[in-house]
Amino acid sequence: MRISTLFYLIKQGMKNIYRNKMFSLASIATMTACIFLFGLFFSLVTNFRHIVKVAEEGVGVTVFFNEGLSESEIQELGKKIEKRDEVMHITFVSAEEAWEEYQQVYFKEHPELADGFKDDNPLANSAHYEIFLKSVEKQDSLVDYLTSLEGVRRVNHSDVVANTLTDVNMIVAYVSVAIIIILLAVAIFLIGNTITVGIAVRKEEIAIMKLIGATDIFVRAPFVIEGAVIGLVGSAIPLVIIYILYNKVIQFMAEKFSILSLEFLPVDNIFRYLLPVSLAIGLGVGLFGSLTTIRKHLRV
Amino acid sequence: MIHLENVRKEYIEGNAAVNGIALHVEKGEFVFVVGDSGSGKSTLIKLLLKELEPTDGEIVVNRTHLKSLKKKEIPLFRRNIGVVFQDFRLLKDRNVYENIAFAQRVIETSTKKIRKNVPAMLSLVGLAGKYRSYPKQLSGGEQQRVALARALVNEPTLLLADEPTGNLDPKNSWEIMKLLEEVNRRGTTVLVVTHNREIVDAMKKRVVTMKKGVIISDEKKGGYLYEN
Repeated sequence: MRISTLFYLIKQGMKNIYRNKMFSLASIATMTACIFLFGLFFSLVTNFRHIVKVAEEGVGVTVFFNEGLSESEIQELGKKIEKRDEVMHITFVSAEEAWEEYQQVYFKEHPELADGFKDDNPLANSAHYEIFLKSVEKQDSLVDYLTSLEGVRRVNHSDVVANTLTDVNMIVAYVSVAIIIILLAVAIFLIGNTITVGIAVRKEEIAIMKLIGATDIFVRAPFVIEGAVIGLVGSAIPLVIIYILYNKVIQFMAEKFSILSLEFLPVDNIFRYLLPVSLAIGLGVGLFGSLTTIRKHLRV
Repeated sequence: MIHLENVRKEYIEGNAAVNGIALHVEKGEFVFVVGDSGSGKSTLIKLLLKELEPTDGEIVVNRTHLKSLKKKEIPLFRRNIGVVFQDFRLLKDRNVYENIAFAQRVIETSTKKIRKNVPAMLSLVGLAGKYRSYPKQLSGGEQQRVALARALVNEPTLLLADEPTGNLDPKNSWEIMKLLEEVNRRGTTVLVVTHNREIVDAMKKRVVTMKKGVIISDEKKGGYLYEN
């Protein structure tokens, strides 16, 4: 295809958009709403996952040993645990360190009370491994494994925290996917409608083109370009809006809920994925909407 | 150029719009096809353009057997045929220049060639000074001349005109016919479907007369035989 023909077809696609101003605007607005909500959910989910991740890193499993276990046996146990897929990292806390930490927490105000114990460590049997997981979902399988290990006296973990985090994660993911699918279907329908009107308006022109000897590609290309441009513009507008709003919102949230000390992702981190994914969705929806309509209404 | 053998077209089964016609038009000929409404003239044009498939028979246009022509080959086949209609079928939102250039765009002619060909064609049809005008600013005769320029700009070997003077007054009708004659003199085969008795009688060209889907007369240098 000649470059001049390509430019001509692009120009015709743009003209189509201009000719059906109202329908084009409606399609762009729907696409904008769709991608805006997608961006919103994406930002929410990504930040939520980030916050959950940080929380997950804080969720640990504690393993206490049988009385009288030697240092080498404890080290052997540590190596076995470290090798597990679920484990991110483990920390050994000796009985002395445990007592030290206990004093810091409970006898901070009255250190003299701890003096009564002198060298007699009341937590003598409290040496343990603190195990941090890659993901809380894997906690159950790890706990089962740890309990089965020889030399392990007790395994402390929190089912409630792990299960709640997993459940909330799943609910947010399902709800957002469902809403986005509905919005995308609406966008495809509206773009299809716009193209149908465009075809109806240009019916005579298309008939003439066919009689003169226009190829299928030549007749169809402006409508495909129209759909693609609507999709791209409809996805670019909300990206700009989200980019501007994002920083303001996280700043507001951080100030308003400072007590929760929430840690949000910077806008660049969000846009590294949101930008290409949104543009691809916009382009994909535009192309899909126009191609299916052309196939249905434009038999050349 | 055009060869039809035993061509039949039925829109409704048992009711033929064209009923077993045979017609042979050689390269460079000028032929009038006359007949009343429903005689099958317009169906004939549509069959020649492969807008319609014949129910039966063989059609060859420009050495192309239309029966074996694949769908994707139709655009290329049509590029050698110019078409003019009674209602001009110009694009109302484009000016004269753009209407003619449109035909060249469709067959992917370079912009450089379009800039050369369109003014030349406008000169041929006598509208060089009106290239910026829009169809609604032109008279019927001028609009038909633009349609003719659009049909000819791709240098077709065959020109099909379906009632080209149907919407024109006698003066403009004659001007269009003169142009068609000029086009034919330059080597293009011309087939004109018409009702215009005066022009057919005066031009002394080959006249094919159709009635109820069959050819009832085919005369060289003939006249308008058909009586309503």
